[in-house]
Amino acid sequence: MLRFVVKRLLSLALSLIVASGVIFLVVEVAPGDPASFMLGINAQPETVAALRAELGLDQSRLARYLQWTGGMLTGDFGTSYTYRTPVAQMIADRLWVSLPLALYALALSTLIAFPAGILAAARRGRPADIGVMGATQLGVAIPNFWFAMMLVLIFAIQLRWFSAGGFPGWDAGFFAALKALTLPAIALALPQAAILARIMRSSLLDILGEDFIRTARAKGLTARQALWRHGVRNALIPVLTIIGLQFAFLLAGAIIIEQVFFLPGLGRLIFQSITQRDLIVVESVVMLLVFAVIMVNFLVDLAYAAVDPRLRLRA
Amino acid sequence: MSLLDIDTLSLAIFGKPILKRLSLTVEEGEIAALTGESGSGKSLTAFATMGLAPTGSRMQGRIAFGGTDLLRLPERAMCDLRGRQIGMVFQEPMTALNPVQTIGAQVMETILVHKAMPREAAKARAREVLARVGLPPARFPLSRYPHQLSGGQRQRVVIAMAIALRPRLLIADEPTTALDVTTQAQILDLLKTLVREDGMALMMITHDLAVVSDMADTLHVMRHGEIVEAGRTAEVLRDMRHPYTRQLFDASRHRADLGAKDIGAPLLSVRNVSRDYPAARKSLFGKPEPFRAVDTVSFDIRHGERVGLVGESGCGKSTLTRAILGLEPVQEGQITLGGEPVWTDRANLAIRRRMQVVFQDPYGSFNPRHKVGRLIAEPFHLLPDPPRGGARERAIGAALASVGLAPKDADRYIHAFSGGQRQRIAIARALIIKPDLIVFDEAVSALDVRVRAQILDLMADLSRDHGLTYLFISHDLGVVRSITDRVLVMKAGRIVEDRPTKALFDAPKHPYTRSLLAAAPTLPPPPETRDAAQASL
Repeated sequence: MLRFVVKRLLSLALSLIVASGVIFLVVEVAPGDPASFMLGINAQPETVAALRAELGLDQSRLARYLQWTGGMLTGDFGTSYTYRTPVAQMIADRLWVSLPLALYALALSTLIAFPAGILAAARRGRPADIGVMGATQLGVAIPNFWFAMMLVLIFAIQLRWFSAGGFPGWDAGFFAALKALTLPAIALALPQAAILARIMRSSLLDILGEDFIRTARAKGLTARQALWRHGVRNALIPVLTIIGLQFAFLLAGAIIIEQVFFLPGLGRLIFQSITQRDLIVVESVVMLLVFAVIMVNFLVDLAYAAVDPRLRLRA
Repeated sequence: MSLLDIDTLSLAIFGKPILKRLSLTVEEGEIAALTGESGSGKSLTAFATMGLAPTGSRMQGRIAFGGTDLLRLPERAMCDLRGRQIGMVFQEPMTALNPVQTIGAQVMETILVHKAMPREAAKARAREVLARVGLPPARFPLSRYPHQLSGGQRQRVVIAMAIALRPRLLIADEPTTALDVTTQAQILDLLKTLVREDGMALMMITHDLAVVSDMADTLHVMRHGEIVEAGRTAEVLRDMRHPYTRQLFDASRHRADLGAKDIGAPLLSVRNVSRDYPAARKSLFGKPEPFRAVDTVSFDIRHGERVGLVGESGCGKSTLTRAILGLEPVQEGQITLGGEPVWTDRANLAIRRRMQVVFQDPYGSFNPRHKVGRLIAEPFHLLPDPPRGGARERAIGAALASVGLAPKDADRYIHAFSGGQRQRIAIARALIIKPDLIVFDEAVSALDVRVRAQILDLMADLSRDHGLTYLFISHDLGVVRSITDRVLVMKAGRIVEDRPTKALFDAPKHPYTRSLLAAAPTLPPPPETRDAAQASL
C-alpha cells in the first residue's frame, strides 16, 4: 500500500511540472502584451518599455518561468498586472467561494445520484427505474443555467426563501453564506447528479449480473442484502472516476452559474483576467485548477485502492 | 420420504418450455448425478431447486424438500433455507467469489446471515470449515482475498461457504469443469468425503460421464429438458436402455481413426528455448526478478505428425505456444519452422503464414458483423499475393466443403451456427491458406461430447487426407490420447516426458505423468467387452 502511495505521489509531482511548463508556454504565445494593453493604444513606447521592465516582462522566458514556479512553491503567485495586488490574495478570496460551492454541489449530486442509481438498478425495468431514467435524461439534456433561472424564479422571486444572487461572505455567518450558495449548488448539482445516477445504475447492473451475486443469493442473502453487501462497493470504481472528473469541472466550470447568481468565484476571475490580459493571474488560476484536478485524481486513486484490494498489489 | 423429491417439474422462460415434466429424487446421504449436454436443462433444474430460476420463469409441478414444497414457499422462507439447508457450488471458481471481500468474511457471511451463531463463534467455524476443505488457517488466514488464491483453492472456499452450516443437500453445478485434472480429482475426493462423513446428500451436475461414473450412486441422463434414463449408476451404464445414453457414452470414449501416416522430415524445431517474464519488484527501485515460464525446452515436430502438449494451467503451455507462433520473442534458444526462425528481430511473417491456430472459444473468436466467407478468408492477408475474385470464392467454398459445410454458408453470419459448426468454421479459416502446421489450443474443450467426437473425426480425416501437421494443446488427456501420435508432458516450464501416445498412456515413466493419468477420471469399459470378459471366465 505504501508503495502504491509513493508511486502515485511521484507521478503527481511529474504531472505538475509538465503542466506548469505547458501552461506557461501557452499563455506566453497568446497574442497581446499586458503592458501595452494596460496603458492603452496612445501610450509612448518608452512608457510601455518602462512598465514592461517594472512587471519583469523584459526578462528571458526561462527566468520568468523559474521565478513564477519558484514563487508558487513559497506561496508567492506574483502581482496582478491590472490590480497591482498579490495574485495569491485574489485567488484565495475567490477560492473561499468556489471551493465550498464545488464541494456543496458535489455532495448534493452524490446524495441525489447514489440512491437514485441504486433504486433504478434494484428495480430494473419497473416504474421506479423508468422514472429515474426519464428524470436523468432530462437532467442531462437541460443546461444548468436554465435550472438556475428556474430556481431563482421559484425560490427567490415567488417564494422568497432565498436571495436571487450575491454572496454575503463567510463573515456574515456560516449559515447565511451557505444559504447564499444553496441555489447555485443545486443548479450545478442537478445535471451532474443525472450523469452520476446513470453511471451508478449501469455499473451496479453489471455487477448484479456477476457470478458472486448468485453465490451470495445461494448463501441465503435476500436480493436486497446481496445488492448492498456485494453489489454497491464493487460498482463504485467507475462511479469514483466520474466523481473525480465532476469535481474538477465544478471548481472551474461554474462560470455561467457564478454569472447568474453574481458570485465572486474563480470562474469569473479567470474570465476577467483573460479579457484584461492579466497573464500572471490567468497562469496562476489555471495552474491552481490543474493542481486541484491532479490532487483529486490522486485521491480517487487512493479511493480505488481502498475499495478494491486487487489494485493495492498491482500498483 | 426422499430428501429431495422433484415431481413432474415443468419450467418455461418467457413462455419457452425448458424443463418438461421432470421427476427425480435424491435420498439422504446419496450422490445423485445429473448429466447431459449443454442446453439439456441440468443447471436450470438446480437453480429451480434453489429458488433462483432466472426472471421470466414459470414453474409447474412440485419440488419437495424434506416434505415441504419449495415452489409454494415464500421468498423469505426460501432465503432461510438457502445456505442453511441447501448449499450450492458453482462451475466458475474464478468469478464465484466477491473480489473485494476477504475469504473469511465471505465464509462467515453464510453463518451470520442466518444468525446461526455469534460473530466470534462464526469466525471459529469459518476457520474450522476452511481447514475441513483443505485450506488450513495457518497457511490460508481469513484475511486472504480471492485474487491471492488459485482456481482450485477458490473452489474450496466456495465449498466451505456452501457447507459452513452443514446443509442437508449440496448442489454442485459442474464444480470441476474449470479445473485441472489433478485439482479436479482433489475436489471430487473432498465432495465425496463430505457426503460420507456428514451424511449430506449431493446433487452433482456434470457433462462428463467419467467424472460421475465412479462416484455417483444414481445417474439421471437429461436431454431437451427431460430425463431420458435414470437409475443406479452401475445399472444405467451397464444397460444403457436409452439410445441417447449410449450415444453419450460412446462419444465420451471416442477415438478418432488416425490411420497410419508417413512421418516426414522435421518441420518445427524447438531448441533449448527459455522464456522469462519480469515478476513483481521486491522493492520500489529494485530490479525485478525474472520468472522463467518456459525453461530450456527442446523438441521437434515432423511433417505429418500429430503431437499433443499437456500440462496443468500455469505450466507454460500457453507461453510456449505464443513463442512457437512467433507472437513473442524468447530469451534463449531458437524456434524454427522448416529451418527458418519464427522470430528474427521481429515476427517473421513469411513463417507465420505457414502456421495457423484454432482457439478454444467458438463464440468469442469471430467478429459477429462479418459474414462467414469474409471470416474464413482473413488469413489471406498474410499472403503476398492473395487470390481474388473467382479464385477467392473457390478457395472459400473448398475450405468450407473440407470441414463438412456447404459453400453457400459463406453468405451467412456467425450467429446462425452452433458451437460445433463454429469450430468447423475456425478450422476452415486455419486451412484456407494451406498451412504446414495447425495449432489447436484447447480447440474442443468447450464442446459437448458428441460434437467433440465429430470434430475430432474431422481433424483426423483432414490430417490423413492433406498430410497436415498438428500441435494439439489440451488439459484433457482423453482427447489428447484420441488424436495424437506423440505426447509432450509439461510441468513447471519443462518437458518432463516426450513419447509416442500409446506408450505414454500404457506405461507412463515420469511420476508426474503417472499422477496426471491417475487423476483423470475414466469410464468403465463398454458393456460388450465386459460381457465378453465375463463369458470367457
